[in-house]
Amino acid sequence: MEDLNKKKFSLTSFFLQWEWMLVILFILVNIVNINLSPYYFTFGGLRDATMTFLDKAFIVFPMVLIMILRDIDISVASIVALASVLMGYLYSLGVPMELAVVICLATGALCGFINGLLIVKFKELSAVIVTLSTMIIYRGIAYIILEDQSVGSFPEWFGFFGWGYFYGIPFILIAFVILAVVFSLLLHQTTFGRRIYAIGNNPTATRFSGVQVDKMKLIVFTLAGLMSAVTALFLTSRMGSTRPNVATGYELDVIAMVVLGGISTAGGKGRMLGAVIAVFLIGFLRYGLGLINMPAQVLMIIIGLLLVIAVMVPNLKPKAKAKTKASKSPSHQAAG
Amino acid sequence: MAEKTVEKASLSERISKFREAGLLLFIIILSVIVQFRNGSFLTIENLNDMITNTAILSILAIGMMLVIITRGIDLSIGATLALAGMISALTVGAYPNLNPIWAVGLGILIGLGCGAVLGLIIAKAGVLPIIATLGMMYIFRGLTFMVSGGKWVSAHQMPASFKEIATGSFLGINHLILIAVVMYLIFYYFLNHTRTGRQIYAVGSNPESAKISGIPHDRIIWLVYTLMGGLSGLAGVLWVSKFASAQGDTATGYELTVIAACVLGGVNIAGGSGKISGIILGSVLLGILNNALPLINVSPFWQMGIQGSIILLAVILNALVKRGVDLNALMRRKI
Repeated sequence: MEDLNKKKFSLTSFFLQWEWMLVILFILVNIVNINLSPYYFTFGGLRDATMTFLDKAFIVFPMVLIMILRDIDISVASIVALASVLMGYLYSLGVPMELAVVICLATGALCGFINGLLIVKFKELSAVIVTLSTMIIYRGIAYIILEDQSVGSFPEWFGFFGWGYFYGIPFILIAFVILAVVFSLLLHQTTFGRRIYAIGNNPTATRFSGVQVDKMKLIVFTLAGLMSAVTALFLTSRMGSTRPNVATGYELDVIAMVVLGGISTAGGKGRMLGAVIAVFLIGFLRYGLGLINMPAQVLMIIIGLLLVIAVMVPNLKPKAKAKTKASKSPSHQAAG
Repeated sequence: MAEKTVEKASLSERISKFREAGLLLFIIILSVIVQFRNGSFLTIENLNDMITNTAILSILAIGMMLVIITRGIDLSIGATLALAGMISALTVGAYPNLNPIWAVGLGILIGLGCGAVLGLIIAKAGVLPIIATLGMMYIFRGLTFMVSGGKWVSAHQMPASFKEIATGSFLGINHLILIAVVMYLIFYYFLNHTRTGRQIYAVGSNPESAKISGIPHDRIIWLVYTLMGGLSGLAGVLWVSKFASAQGDTATGYELTVIAACVLGGVNIAGGSGKISGIILGSVLLGILNNALPLINVSPFWQMGIQGSIILLAVILNALVKRGVDLNALMRRKI
């Protein structure tokens, strides 16, 4: 596998990578933002801006794995809501916060495990429809628990997740970077990661070569649930309270980031680095446009367009290549 | 699916044959139970109310069924509905003397436009339906907010003739019900008795062989999403007219309810099968649930959980029945 993929290193193909496109886009966004608002390019501002958009970014890591597996999980936002609401509710009942946090993480993992189990046990059902129904169920449970109430006034130390600094760097940024490194290593340096690519490229062949595809899927979906619970921790901490309709639409943001990060929706392709750049790209775009009071709806349109264009570009490319090949080969024959 | 030489039909095969009958039976049992708990359920007013409320859902379910038959899914219909409803409401607000027919036409046209763009992205650029419709959902929703400037169009800004579209009645039957019935007849004919209609099923059950047998695969996919858009546009005008208010967040998340109606009605999520009669029953079942749960004092906060569980159960049941049928067919082949 390794030997087959190792091509001759060429400068053009190195710079033609999707990640460089993202870096250029990222720089463009920043230049535009700097010109739009004099308040944009300050260290403190940019540093604190990361606190506002990084919470949902934790779900991006497992979503990359899931989409490389050719699946999708649209229940993640509902898992965030359920984990967060359950944690808040238990705390309001007098459960110590430390225990509530553990239960929050366990709930997330359990929800993800259930998703994975349903997908593995009912192979004829696509992940879309399974996670669509669990998405309604999980948020439905959150509504059953809290109805239209909200809970809050968490202990002081809990605020550290969302607002804390560690040597002048936001804690959430540190956590994000550490997890980014962990997930990159997992995907790019371990057998586990290579197997995920293999499953995404050809699930049947991978199963016949002795990889336990079902077990891998279970693990990845459970990870998605767990990371959704991590998001719930940071989000709840930053907001200081929680309600059942929290994190609405996060699944779209996360999928937009992953797709923009160059992870192919056909499975088997993409790298963690691209998704991480896309997180900051969308985050800073949102922060900069927020500074100049751009309405949130315009931003919705921009993100929607980015998402659609990002998926269309790689799909259009192979066709163009095939065309040039087809047009070349007859002339080649004629010449021969 | 129907075998002509059935000697010993398995249980699952029987279920799959009488799916509609079973669903109908379930609806009747549910109605009887609810009627015992609360006597005001089976009154003419309540039934009329319930069917009127179900009409919009069932119109959308037709389009969603077409999409699901071709192995797709459309998450943007709530946003298309809101956009079409908002623009037609703004138009009648600006020109109160306009014949309401034009408002309906405008809504359908906007819906068709949205659907055509979406269809192009999916059919020509080969983008996965779920991703493309998610992206377009963002765009349509954003456009709705932009054309309205974030404001609502409320009842007093709409002329009476516009509100009449959904509240008026013809021969004692509500317009909404009539429109839904007409749509059902048109699409029943289209799906079962026209070449294009049959091609939709062919594309859904086996895209590869459909292509090889000369069916214009891409054009069918494009057509399906365009029709879905047109129906969403129609539903948007009806929705705004019925509730006499157009908002930026109209029908947020409604696409899930529509998908639920299809799945309950036995539309196979893996594509290739689905019947008009099934989705009528699916929509009615959801309508009854929404109407009956408050009547028997189930907290509204339980509705979402119950609805989700029912979808999941229906999907799993469908899968199990399909498994049984396949297994049976396999066994027969071996003998």
